[in-house]
Amino acid sequence: MASVLVPELPTPGFSFENCQRNAFLEHKGFPAPKATKTGTTIVGIIYADGVILGADTRATENTVVSDKNCQKIHYLAANMYCCGAGTAADTEMTTQSVSSQLELQRLHTGRVVPVETASTLLKRMLFRYQGHIGAALVLGGVDRTGPHIYCIYPHGSVDKLPYATMGSGSLAAMAVFESRWKPNMSEEEGKKLVRDAIAAGIFNDLGSGSNVDLCVIRSSGPAQYLRTYEEANVKGKKQGSYRYALGTTAVLKTRVIPLEVESVSVHQVQPMEVEPSR
Amino acid sequence: MDVRADSGGKSRLANTFPITTGIKTMAASVVDTYTDPSMSWMNAPHSTGTSIMACEFDGGVVIGADSRTTTGAYIANRVTDKLTKITDYIYCCRSGSAADTQAIADIVTYHLNFHRMELGEPPLVETAAAIFRELCYNYRDSLVAGILVAGWDKNKGGQIYSVPIGGMVQRQAVSIGGSGSSYVYGYVDANFKPKMSKEEAVKFVTNTLTLAMLRDGSSGGVVRLGVISEAGVERSVILGDQLPKYYEG
Repeated sequence: MASVLVPELPTPGFSFENCQRNAFLEHKGFPAPKATKTGTTIVGIIYADGVILGADTRATENTVVSDKNCQKIHYLAANMYCCGAGTAADTEMTTQSVSSQLELQRLHTGRVVPVETASTLLKRMLFRYQGHIGAALVLGGVDRTGPHIYCIYPHGSVDKLPYATMGSGSLAAMAVFESRWKPNMSEEEGKKLVRDAIAAGIFNDLGSGSNVDLCVIRSSGPAQYLRTYEEANVKGKKQGSYRYALGTTAVLKTRVIPLEVESVSVHQVQPMEVEPSR
Repeated sequence: MDVRADSGGKSRLANTFPITTGIKTMAASVVDTYTDPSMSWMNAPHSTGTSIMACEFDGGVVIGADSRTTTGAYIANRVTDKLTKITDYIYCCRSGSAADTQAIADIVTYHLNFHRMELGEPPLVETAAAIFRELCYNYRDSLVAGILVAGWDKNKGGQIYSVPIGGMVQRQAVSIGGSGSSYVYGYVDANFKPKMSKEEAVKFVTNTLTLAMLRDGSSGGVVRLGVISEAGVERSVILGDQLPKYYEG
C-alpha cells in the first residue's frame, strides 16, 4: 500500500496494463497508430581493404513515402557505421545510445574500440527488450583484427558474415551478392557491387526507393560517407515549356470601379453591476 | 534455428493478459507463412528448424549440426555455426530461437569462466549442463531453446547432456535435437554402438545429419563437426557436395 510518507516505487520495465483495453479497441475497429517502419534495403560487404555499407533512402508509413531522402547509415564511431532497418525511431535511438557508449569506452581506454564491442552492446540491448525494439541492423567496421560485418536481428541474435543484407529488399540484394561477391574485391568492384545490390532493392522492392547511400570504411585511413552516391530515380525533364508570354491574351476593355470603404465602430455599453442595498 | 521466436512471445503475452486466444497450432502457422500477406519476414512464426547431434565415442564426443538459420521461409544465414564454444573442453549445440540460445550460451560462458578462475582447473561438463538447466528451467516461459551440452572432463571423459525446451537435463550416450531429429530417430537407434572409434563416430554423425537435412525442409547447408577429447577440440566442415549420397528417388 502506498502512503504519503512511504511513496510506492514505480514498477520497473514495460507496463502491459493497457494491452487488454487496446486489444478490445482493435477488435471494435480502433487500431493503435503504427510507428514509421522503413521498408528498406540495407547491405554490407567485406572487400580487400575494409568494408562497404550501402542503403536506400526511402522511409514509408504504410503505403505513403514519408521521406524520399532519409539517412539509414548511422554513425557509431570513427571506424564503425551501422545501417538500420525496421522501426525508424528505434534504429535511430539505438545507434545513438550505442555510439555514445562507444565514445565513452574509447575515452576510457584510449584505444580504437573493436567492432565486436558494438555488436555485443547492440545485441544485449535488443535481447533485453525481447524484440519490442524493432531494429534490424547491419553493422560494419574495421579494427586491429581486420574488417567485420555483423547482422543483428530485433530479438538480439547476431550473425557474423562476409556479406549481409537486411530489410524488405534483402532478398533482391542478396541475389546480387550470392551471384557476384568474392573474397578480396577491389574498392571499385566493391562499390559497384553494393550499388547494384541497393539498386536491386530500389527497383524490385516496393518498400525501398529513391537514392543510393554508401559508406566506405578502409582499414587504412578514415571512413568515407558517400551520401547520395547515386540518384537512382532522377525526375524526368519536361519536354516543352508551359509558360505563356505576357500579352498572349488580348485585353479587350478595362473598367475600374473605385471602392468606398465606410468605417463604423460600435461600442457596447455594459450595465454596471450594483449590489442592491437592503 | 530461427531468428525470431514468436510462438514464445505469444505465450508470454497470454500470461500477461487473458484475452489472447493462445498459441496457434504449428500446422496452421506454417500455412500462414505462405498464404497470409500480412505475415512478412519480419513477423514469421517460430520453428526449431535445425538438425543437431552429439555422440559419445571411446575417448570423447563428436558433435555436429547443419548450418541453416531461417526467418519464416527465408534462409537468413546458410553458413551458421550452431556449435558454440563454452570452455576449451565444453561445447553446446543450439536449436530453437537464435537470440535465446546465443544469449544463454553467452551467460553460461561467463559463469564457467568465473568458475574456472575460482576452481583453478577446467570445469566439469556436468557443471555446464547444470547452469544451462538452471537458466532454461527458470526462464522456461520466455525461452525457446533446445540445447545439447557436450564435452570432455577428466572425471567422466566424454559426456553429453540434453537440455530440451522445458529445462530438464538428462545424460545420454547419443542425442539428437531440432526439427530434423524426428526423421532420424530410427536410424540412430539402429546404428549407434557404444565405444565406437573416433572415425566410426564421425561417420555416424555425418550420415545421421545428412539424412536429417535431406528430409527436413528447415535444415540444410553444410555439416559442421567437432571432436572433443583429452587433446582438445578439432573442428571441421563437410561441404554440401562432399556429403554422403543417399537414395533420392
